[in-house]
Amino acid sequence: MKHPVGLHARPSVKLTKLAKSFGCRIEMAQQAAGPWIDAKSIVKVMAMKAPRDTTLHFRAEGDGAADAVDALSELVQRNFDEDHADAPAP
Amino acid sequence: MTSSNVGIVIVSHSKDVARGAAEMVRQMVGPEVPLAHCGGDPGGGLGTSVESIMAAIAEAWSDKGVAVLVDLGGAETNSEMAVELLPAAQRDRVVICNAPIVEGAVMAATESSAGSSLGAVRSTAEELYAGSMVR
Repeated sequence: MKHPVGLHARPSVKLTKLAKSFGCRIEMAQQAAGPWIDAKSIVKVMAMKAPRDTTLHFRAEGDGAADAVDALSELVQRNFDEDHADAPAP
Repeated sequence: MTSSNVGIVIVSHSKDVARGAAEMVRQMVGPEVPLAHCGGDPGGGLGTSVESIMAAIAEAWSDKGVAVLVDLGGAETNSEMAVELLPAAQRDRVVICNAPIVEGAVMAATESSAGSSLGAVRSTAEELYAGSMVR
């Protein structure tokens, strides 16, 4: 994750909204060993406070699981579509 | 006209706080959540009014219900009064969240944007006090 402010407010909202668009169970972690949290929980995602240069791990189970992991990884790699953002998120 | 997502109402003593919180919800979450805000007394000072809270609830109305975020004392008691004055069919579908007004509004709206139930929207907003974010 290269976003300058890390997984802060706006990126967290985007990530959670995307995760919620899939029916499968989706979890994420800052380390492969966990702890894993529900990627559909905005409160838990924001509470991670994952800083810049964190490698985010995703895992999913159920319908569309592979697509979900792909879509979330792409969102992170696209810098949450916020390359233009100049001000840090609140 | 009604949305398939739970509506969010922001009630602050300050018109500017209410407007600013609503702006954060709009920019961070998006247009798919019915949203209304009110704050300040009719004379331009600080305060809340039952009438404007009722108007805001009507503006953000959704058949899935409305979650209200408030700041201090009077915002809560006036919101409770506004809910009591609603028609019985609507009254049961409005909840006042025990959550910080700005953060709670963003959390609630994020939950609502996924089509979640009123109960889930309220739980997400209230999870803030139980969690680490505000500590």
